[in-house]
Amino acid sequence: MIDLKGISKIYGQKKVVNDVSVSIAKGKVTSFIGPNGAGKSTLLSMITRLLDQDSGEVLLEGKNILQAPSDALAKKIAILKQSNHMDLKITVRELISFGRFPYSKGRLNERDHEIIDEAISYMELEEFEDRYIDELSGGQRQRVYIAMTIAQDTEYIFLDEPLNNLDMKHSVQIMQILRRLVRERNKTIIIVIHDINFASCYSDNIVAMKDGKVAISGKKDDVIKKEILEDIYEMDINIECIYGQQICVYFDEHEDASVDDFIEDQVRA
Amino acid sequence: MHNGKNNRLLLILTIATLAIAGFYILYQLNFDILFYQLPSRVNRVVTMLIVGIAIAVSTVIFQTITKNRILTPSIMGLDSVYLFIQTIIVFIVGTSSPLLTNDFVNYLVSMLGLVVFTVLVFKYLFRLTGNHVFLLLLIGIILGTFFNSLSTFMQMLINPDDFLILQNSMFASFNAINDSLIWITGAIVLLMLIIVLRDFHSLDVIALGRDHAINLGINYDRKVSQLLLIIAVLVSVSTALVGPIMFLGLLVVNLAHEMFKTFKHRYLLLGSTLIAVITLLLGQMLTQYVFNQAVEISVIINLVGGVYFIILMLKESRR
Ligand SMILES: Nc1ncnc2c1ncn2[C@@H]1O[C@H](COP(=O)(O)OP(=O)(O)OP(=O)(O)O)[C@@H](O)[C@H]1O
Ligand SMILES: [Mg+2]
Repeated sequence: MIDLKGISKIYGQKKVVNDVSVSIAKGKVTSFIGPNGAGKSTLLSMITRLLDQDSGEVLLEGKNILQAPSDALAKKIAILKQSNHMDLKITVRELISFGRFPYSKGRLNERDHEIIDEAISYMELEEFEDRYIDELSGGQRQRVYIAMTIAQDTEYIFLDEPLNNLDMKHSVQIMQILRRLVRERNKTIIIVIHDINFASCYSDNIVAMKDGKVAISGKKDDVIKKEILEDIYEMDINIECIYGQQICVYFDEHEDASVDDFIEDQVRA
Repeated sequence: MHNGKNNRLLLILTIATLAIAGFYILYQLNFDILFYQLPSRVNRVVTMLIVGIAIAVSTVIFQTITKNRILTPSIMGLDSVYLFIQTIIVFIVGTSSPLLTNDFVNYLVSMLGLVVFTVLVFKYLFRLTGNHVFLLLLIGIILGTFFNSLSTFMQMLINPDDFLILQNSMFASFNAINDSLIWITGAIVLLMLIIVLRDFHSLDVIALGRDHAINLGINYDRKVSQLLLIIAVLVSVSTALVGPIMFLGLLVVNLAHEMFKTFKHRYLLLGSTLIAVITLLLGQMLTQYVFNQAVEISVIINLVGGVYFIILMLKESRR
């Protein structure tokens, strides 16, 4: 269980995260949704000690997270940020092996290698194992980072937009793997996700953010509602029940005339 | 997969270093002055080993922290500060002062001045610039120019005889180095090396960047402060011992990256150290046997390193 108590972050004059208090249940998938710039990534960085908050505290199972030693924390929570850039000459397997650093401190044992192999096969990376990461496609690289995070084998796993760059098949696969980790190993998974239908289908709980604040948080069925989502995203959204899942349909039924005007203007200019 | 190849490379470099060092010590040995010549050559080789370790290790760590391949502590203005310290000593107390004539006192003063400067610059600059490489480089060059100009200004004012004496300290030299200073520097460098090697795995993690490092349990800010202090000490003692060789670090660490193509510090630290020692030995032999002491070793190394620096800058800007 993670409790956030009045977390805020101020950049310049702007409160990009504004007095957020929310609880994250153990053994569940919790999705953070909300428009660009709502403060999701900033909040995630503060929960995982990558960024200092300006006020408030993060309680991990009742204890302030900043009081725990960093190396012990690394065995308890793992975070993968939204964008990861690396200029290093490092192979896929070497990078994934870093997930074991909190345990092995660089000296991998049998068990570490097993876990690394497992993470590699979860993410279907066997054929790339020995390639340098700068020789991979964007989606393949994203899977490497997810594998590294999974290899860290922590109770709490934070993933900021894990489906970045991934095709449909791998997106679904990863969400299924995350569900499996929750089901079989009682992991707690917190993701930031933009595809509202993935959030709807694969999460237990959803926290919706807007303008640095929590707009609503609760069981997914309490959040995936027409009025709520329309309010958060400021657009028309219809919700249909398909195969027992709440699916959001957010395409325009009519073509937008102003778009045609815009294109014409561009052509003329 | 690449480890086997890299281990072999390390072995080759080690053998090459030993061979060149052996050659340097034994070449044209004159048996009449054996008892003078042999210890003096061995001393030089030991000094090159110490300087090689200090410069290579400090540059590797510095580049890992700043995540760049073109900045080194020397380029960040450290060499100019060393010159400035020497100049200001001559300017204020003159060439006959023990501050200049006594190797020991001069070493101590230079070292302390450099350590203080480095710690201040690193502590504040990193915070101010948010570790932005090109901003850091710019400030480094400005600081370097500033101290250089101050030195040049003072050099105009002192009398020409003093200037000649001062000129000796402007170029690194491995000739006539005080024995006890070699051992003191060696001990300090060895101590730093042990601290670094005891925990070289966390350097690999730091190379992944701040966020990954924290996520993997590194106490990042504390660790980086500690490493910066080690860098400051390493560069300072080596510069205080032989003088500045601005482009040595840049040259050898980049060569190590090209050769080993790895992020692993085991290879980068050892590889660049060996390359540094080889470079110094070759430079020294050129100075001694080809140029007959007419050209300083630091001039040769800076010429090669400087050209390499320009190539790197061009490559970097084209990306
Ligand atoms: N280092 C920074 N300095 C100043 N402002 C920042 C900084 N980082 C983020 N912000 C601002 O804080 C706000 C929240 O950013 P954040 O990255 O948390 O948004 P987000 O909800 O993750 O958005 P997205 O869905 O686009 O990833 C944005 O308005 C952003 O411009
Ligand atoms: Mg974000």
